[in-house]
Amino acid sequence: MNGALQLGWRYLAYHRFKTAVLLASVTLMMFLPAATRLLVEDSAQALNARAALTPLLVGAKGSQLELVLSSLYFHAESPPEISYQVFKDVRDTELVIAIPLHARFRARDFPVVGTSLDYFEFRNLELAEGRLLGLLGECVIGAGVARKLGIGAGDSLVTSPETVFDLAGVYPLKMKVAGVFAPSGTPDDEAVFVDVRTSWVIQGMGHGHQDLAEASAGNAVLSRGEGAITANASLVQYNEITPQNVREFHFHGDTGGFPLTAVIAVPPDEKNGTLLRGRYLDNKESSEQLAVPGAVLDDLLETVFTVQNYVVLGLLILSLATVAVIVLVFLLSQQLRRGEFFTLRRMGASRAFIALLVASEIVFVFAASLVLAALMTWTVRAWATKLLLSLMTF
Amino acid sequence: MSGIDIHGLEFEYGGQSTFRLQIRELRLEPGECVAIVGPSGSGKSTLLNLVAGTLLPAVGDIRVGDIRVNALGETERRRYRVGQVGQVFQAFELLEYLTVKENVLLPRYIDPSTPLDADARQRASELLASVGLAGKESRRPSRLSHGERQRVAVCRALLNRPSLLLADEPTGNLDQDNKQNVVKLLIEQARAHASTLLMVTHDRSLLDSFERIVDFNDLAWDKA
Repeated sequence: MNGALQLGWRYLAYHRFKTAVLLASVTLMMFLPAATRLLVEDSAQALNARAALTPLLVGAKGSQLELVLSSLYFHAESPPEISYQVFKDVRDTELVIAIPLHARFRARDFPVVGTSLDYFEFRNLELAEGRLLGLLGECVIGAGVARKLGIGAGDSLVTSPETVFDLAGVYPLKMKVAGVFAPSGTPDDEAVFVDVRTSWVIQGMGHGHQDLAEASAGNAVLSRGEGAITANASLVQYNEITPQNVREFHFHGDTGGFPLTAVIAVPPDEKNGTLLRGRYLDNKESSEQLAVPGAVLDDLLETVFTVQNYVVLGLLILSLATVAVIVLVFLLSQQLRRGEFFTLRRMGASRAFIALLVASEIVFVFAASLVLAALMTWTVRAWATKLLLSLMTF
Repeated sequence: MSGIDIHGLEFEYGGQSTFRLQIRELRLEPGECVAIVGPSGSGKSTLLNLVAGTLLPAVGDIRVGDIRVNALGETERRRYRVGQVGQVFQAFELLEYLTVKENVLLPRYIDPSTPLDADARQRASELLASVGLAGKESRRPSRLSHGERQRVAVCRALLNRPSLLLADEPTGNLDQDNKQNVVKLLIEQARAHASTLLMVTHDRSLLDSFERIVDFNDLAWDKA
């Protein structure tokens, strides 16, 4: 028996190319359907886990899926906006804890999420170093951001301009990193968190500049009227908020009209959640909508699973065709080796020996393919969540 | 050492073929080196296959030493072939996916009762060295000359120290010099290993080295 196995191994080792092609075919035949199914299931689980932890979302009317994805994964470049007044209205219902979200800007390719301290408590984010947001212009970064950029508490991070060609657009703001969150395995690891007012500063709705009432600003004053001072272009505007100039930062207009991308509503119980949902369902005139992330993602995943079933079916049909080709290859190979087998028989090999020789080659190929497919599936599975998060975040 | 004693042998291929082999009597003394000559297609190879137990006669007896070959079951005949008989085939029949040394060791791969141990490897190396192939043990058969391949085939036949060495036109594909060398090698090795040698050939130029030459036509036994 041992001799047949050794001869089988020698045969495969000698015909390396043929063996490699067989190995690749069988491995892919095993790997693709299994990996597709596992990847989709793991992705669905990861998506659902975050969605399930986010009870309700209020956002601009439009695609609920877009609202959920931009609020949970911060992936949208320019999500539709709602006013801060919506946040106040939700909060004032006293039915839920309202958490503002303003996720429109990016800092070195990482999403900048304007929010409140409630968000960190709601997501159970724990600090690995530094402290939480204290001053305007500060940020707390996720573990992934800290690792990839090599920065930590005390360093600074500059926001990215929306477009280099838009001179009237958003100017970069240099932010101080107040703290770094411990890894959570969620999109929060890949985000830069700021106070919602800081995000408005990034958007240009709040700004800081020289005090025009001071004598040092004389050259920057174009005219002084009654109760109004007009500045010229030489007025120094701050692109970094420091303890020294933080008092110079201010907002013009009513903050109720300032933008948010969503409001997370966390009801203390099901009843309060239902009441809030009722208010939005009843109000057909409203320009906002209320989404239940779990339900929205269930709809998405239902479609994904249907597509997955067709893909897996297609792969299984392909696998059957591959098996047929492999069987053909083995049969043709046996035909070509009739002389070899006849010689072995003449030398005294039994029929069982020949059968074992052929079987050992098939078993070697399938066993090696199984191991390879398992390794590949394990690797893909290990990276699936990270891959999904990177796809959802960018 | 085993002699061969064939008596009243009849063999016929089945199906539509009309080939029929009849041998009245053939006797080889233990350790004797005998050449059987005859025209192509006369049944010389069939005779070797019958002696090796690969084919079974319809009538008659084949005795090799104390073994009545035609009375053995399939498993016993297989064991007899591996243990008692060394065969050198016309077209070498070396396996390309094995090295020269592994080809010599092939009988040990085949037979589960004989270990593929250090002794066997040592013997394979010694056999190869004895035919001038030391240093070529790791080569593939296709990297050897015809003469070298034939020598490997002889070494393979001798690995298990067979009492009977059967050679089926082993010089068929060789030039005259190599033919003589192979015959010389077979006889030398048979004598060195105390084996009985039965070689069939249709080339009468090779017969000088043999102790006895049997004309295949003289073996024919027409019962009618």
